[in-house]
Amino acid sequence: MKKILHAGLICFLAIHPIGCNTKNSTKTTAEKYQCPMHCEGDKTYDKPGTCGVCKMDLQLLALNSKKEGEISDMSIYNLPSKWTNQNNGEIQLKSLKGDVLVMVMIYTSCQTACPRLVADMRGIEEQIPEDKKDQVTLVFVSIDPETDTPQRLKEFAQENQMDSEKWVFLRGSEADTREFSAVLAVNYKKISPMDFSHSNIISVFDQEGELAYQQEGLGVNNKETVSKIMELVN
Amino acid sequence: MNISPFFKVAITVIGIITVNIVSAQSENMVTVQGGTYIPLYGVDSTAVTVETFSMDIYPVTNREYLQFVLEYPEWKKSKVKRLFADGNYLVNWESDNSFGNQLAADAAVTNVSWFAAKKYCECQGKRLPTVDEWEYAAMADKSNPDARKKESYNQLILDWYEAPKTFNNSIGSTFKNYWGIYDLHGLVWEWTMDFNSVLISGESRKDVDKDSNLFCGSAAVGASDLMNYAAFMRYAFRGSLKANYAIRNLGFRCVQAKGKNNKNVTY
Repeated sequence: MKKILHAGLICFLAIHPIGCNTKNSTKTTAEKYQCPMHCEGDKTYDKPGTCGVCKMDLQLLALNSKKEGEISDMSIYNLPSKWTNQNNGEIQLKSLKGDVLVMVMIYTSCQTACPRLVADMRGIEEQIPEDKKDQVTLVFVSIDPETDTPQRLKEFAQENQMDSEKWVFLRGSEADTREFSAVLAVNYKKISPMDFSHSNIISVFDQEGELAYQQEGLGVNNKETVSKIMELVN
Repeated sequence: MNISPFFKVAITVIGIITVNIVSAQSENMVTVQGGTYIPLYGVDSTAVTVETFSMDIYPVTNREYLQFVLEYPEWKKSKVKRLFADGNYLVNWESDNSFGNQLAADAAVTNVSWFAAKKYCECQGKRLPTVDEWEYAAMADKSNPDARKKESYNQLILDWYEAPKTFNNSIGSTFKNYWGIYDLHGLVWEWTMDFNSVLISGESRKDVDKDSNLFCGSAAVGASDLMNYAAFMRYAFRGSLKANYAIRNLGFRCVQAKGKNNKNVTY
């Protein structure tokens, strides 16, 4: 008899918590307000109100004042998604924090643009001086997680002599991949069982995970991309 | 077996609660029977098959969205991270906890980003529709599942594109379509899960040569029916969006796959 009740309860519990696991509260920092017209220069207020000069409502400032270990508002490390790397290890993007990231979205069975994107990535990496190389991680994110298993990514890394720590190959769920592409402003669409159409964008993120630079197109001059990276590591 | 009356009651109560939870999810949703159609932008004019799914009858309203931010405070106007929503997020709401007097409770919520819309649906055990699902449901008029060839249908949509400030109107103020869904055309534009699967650039001249350097395989994706100007506008609009944009005339609604895990969808 108790068993039945238990079974009922288990059923109940199992059905009840449908879905939303994002209630983990994030730390809130002190809010700062500022006159939208900058009447008083960069003066900030701790409370909402009106500007002393032009009487306009004060605006909430996007906070740049981040504390040690805290993740800034625009950082990709706010994404909770989990990824698998070419060594079958599960990682969150957060674990890449601290390095400058150079990221591109590809799929390994791609015959046209992707080999060129891989070449572009290699070209960028080659221009980073030896003593700075350990501050930069180059990341490939698969837009075809179904085909690109960790094993496949590993083979791809080996084929391209990129099987070292500074090259990271990631695959995630379709939903997380779609979300990540939205962050990178990379558009893609499956156009056949084997092929995807996708934008060719290489993105540079700073040590905090904020987007610093994007290079669009194939085989374009990567001088600016490299100089942005150098600026960040120095 | 002997079951004491107390436990019988307990089990019955649990049963009722469980049934309520399950049925509550499908409230205000209708079924859209799956099928095959040729979308404006698809795989080289090939037909796309859409599985049967259920869709919200109305777009999500200010009232409903307020409930959501009260429950998930990280999505309040002042709390949301800029990565997930730009400075226009809920810009016309009076405060974190109120949309104020200027906005109607039963008008569609707008100035919400893709991340916010996606999270809202996830929290209801639903998800955003794919572009294909949305377009499939939206090609219906009052009496036909596919009215795209009808002049009156296209004219209605184009008239809406010209009408100002329709986002202030209450939900349900446009026509009920073949599936029983309101307001797919006539109130607000709506987010889709894979809005960024549209591969047209902002500059129309680039689209003409389908710049193969910007988009790998771009030549394979083209307009299959350029006559469908209204749909073309929607695809172009989607192509111009970024996921943290919060726009005055852009809202959303949710869908649910039939008897399947909602995350398991190919897009």
